[in-house]
Amino acid sequence: MSRQHLLTIDDLGADGIEELLDLTDSFVEVSERRIPKVPVLRGKTVAWLFYEDSTRTRLSFETAARRLSADTMNFSVSSSSVNKGESVLDTVQTIEAMGVDAIVVRHGSAGVPRQITGWVDASVINAGDGWHAHPTQALLDCYTLRQHRGNIDGLRIAIVGDIKHSRVARSNVAAFTAMGADVTLVAPRTLLPPAVGLWPVEVTHSLDDVLAHVDVVYLLRMQLERQAQALVPSLREYTAEYGLTASRFARLDPDALIMHPGPMNRGVEIAADVPESPQAVVTNQVRNGVAVRMSVLFRLLGSEVDPRQLVEESFSG
Amino acid sequence: MADIVVKGGRVIDATGERMADVAIEGNNIVAVGEGLTALRVLDAGGCVVAPGFVDIHTHLREPGTEDAETIESGSRAAVLGGYTAVVAMPNTTPPIDDASVVRDVLALGRDALCDVHTSAAITVGRAGDRLAPMAEMAELGVHLFTDDGDGVQDPGVMRNALEYAAGLGVTLAQHCEVDSLSLDGQMNEGEWSSRLGMPGIPAEAEELMVMRDIALARMTGARVHFQHLSTAGSVAMVRAARQAGVPVSAEATTHHFTLTEAEVAGYDPVFKVNPPLRTVADVGGVKLGLADGSIDAIATDHAPHTADAKNLPFDQAPPGMLGLETAFALAVTELDLSIAEIIALLSWRPAAIAGIATEHGAPIAPGSPANVTIFDPVTTWTVDPRELASLSRNTPYAGRTLTGRVRHTIVAGEAVVIDGDAQR
Repeated sequence: MSRQHLLTIDDLGADGIEELLDLTDSFVEVSERRIPKVPVLRGKTVAWLFYEDSTRTRLSFETAARRLSADTMNFSVSSSSVNKGESVLDTVQTIEAMGVDAIVVRHGSAGVPRQITGWVDASVINAGDGWHAHPTQALLDCYTLRQHRGNIDGLRIAIVGDIKHSRVARSNVAAFTAMGADVTLVAPRTLLPPAVGLWPVEVTHSLDDVLAHVDVVYLLRMQLERQAQALVPSLREYTAEYGLTASRFARLDPDALIMHPGPMNRGVEIAADVPESPQAVVTNQVRNGVAVRMSVLFRLLGSEVDPRQLVEESFSG
Repeated sequence: MADIVVKGGRVIDATGERMADVAIEGNNIVAVGEGLTALRVLDAGGCVVAPGFVDIHTHLREPGTEDAETIESGSRAAVLGGYTAVVAMPNTTPPIDDASVVRDVLALGRDALCDVHTSAAITVGRAGDRLAPMAEMAELGVHLFTDDGDGVQDPGVMRNALEYAAGLGVTLAQHCEVDSLSLDGQMNEGEWSSRLGMPGIPAEAEELMVMRDIALARMTGARVHFQHLSTAGSVAMVRAARQAGVPVSAEATTHHFTLTEAEVAGYDPVFKVNPPLRTVADVGGVKLGLADGSIDAIATDHAPHTADAKNLPFDQAPPGMLGLETAFALAVTELDLSIAEIIALLSWRPAAIAGIATEHGAPIAPGSPANVTIFDPVTTWTVDPRELASLSRNTPYAGRTLTGRVRHTIVAGEAVVIDGDAQR
């Protein structure tokens, strides 16, 4: 891990991912306590700067920070000076002046978290930037896979859907391949990045061809606007070709896992009742998200704390 | 007695090269030879004395964005870069699309340090629909017409503009970009856009319009000048068109033969430019075009932006980078060409495209206008954005060490740069 920031999965590499996943085990344990809280980041302040709506990622980060006893500061973009035309540069310098140790940022433009690292001294955590990266999502997905399969190495993972516009796909390709998985991207050419041929993945335009040969199906959210952009003829045709319909679900290996970063479009990329099957681990992904984000915050801000103290430092009660 | 003598330099112009002093009186060169004297002596020992450089693609930002550049500050940057003339681009606010704005810009240019010409828009408001009053603007001296910043999308409009312009003896210059292919693209489409998660501008967005306009030039017999060619494919098409006798000319910017798309990896909007920085192969294609004459001229596409404008998310920042003060040195540093070939690309060839070849780029000879650049071709210097004369700081070359530096610049007989310092 780059000591100060978490911007992309590439910053971590396989060793960094492994280290964070190991650390996450301790925080899963903390999260299961009756009072799921440890005082390891007491006195640290974490600010949220979300330029895009994101209920789940923000709540997950907030819960993680509170369980570590950090103070949090929510810079609500919709009701703040940003609406009055303040630049990101001015906003982050204002936040820093109030004294923060980390800024968790989500922005619709790729690269904004990296730009912010040049403007402030605080640690910057990327909670999603444009189509570029969403590293904590990839980490929680890796953790979930490890939890269910023990090991990611050698797993055959199909990522299905709008890869081109997906920061989740970019970070997951980086993380899964770094951990030794065989990744296949499944999408029409219009929803693939133009230079996908240079990526360390297989590419197919047929979900049916890969169904029988995968350990994991990772479905991406399909957005209605792709229809207006003439990238797919209609959502109906998308579902027919790339949706995990009931009949496709039936052809999956009974042990195959089904993942989705949420929020799901039931009836579009995933049949309405598939998420309720035992093979779908979507809820576990969300649950693990909190523990993974605890370990990210801890690694960036808790360097002076020995992880072994987690046990002794827990609140009694 | 002459006013100024440039002493001890190697004179290089379109006619060849020789060691000679150059004497200037009033606006003109009056003598070229040995042992000349004058009231004032400019030392040119170890230097090259060349016809002044001409930038046919300069954004001076006035009227409208005077915090980024003014005609005065831009002209100061120009003369420090060895330019004796620039052609301003019309994408100002308001755009230069009628005679009144042309008059304003030319009036402001009269006090500038170099000769300021202006281009004007092909279509009203640069909107691509109705023809701007080209004849009226041509009468004021406008020779290049362009909607630069945007290409003329409609082939029918472009055909009409070409035929109309041909009757006026002026030249249309095209910013080649098919909008429906570039959409909201931020950088070259390819390996890096895929990795960085940004919408790309494919090479074909440029190449399709180059292809179309070659066809229209063939059809109408009217000349098309291609601005800032950025892809190897564009250069190859222009080469083939010239060989087939189609009336086309072309320019390439310094950044398109010195920088690649990989520069965007850090998301610094200083590297955002349109057309975007392309691949290593495209840089090679542009260099080849400059070497074999497929591309006539080096242009800067000098595009000043304030720090506030560039300190935005990459996809919200405006495209463009500075160029006037670094172009000559980048050409010397990065091109495998002789000094004489580099001067041709910077001086008389662009002067011919701009229709100002009798004033700028003319041979260093008695009777020629005294628009002269004197540079040291071997000295090295490091680009420091804070030291630039431009009001803006958005150079992509900060910290780069370059070879070749302008020492003196003489515009219409006035030494506006002496020993690397602007005199006003």
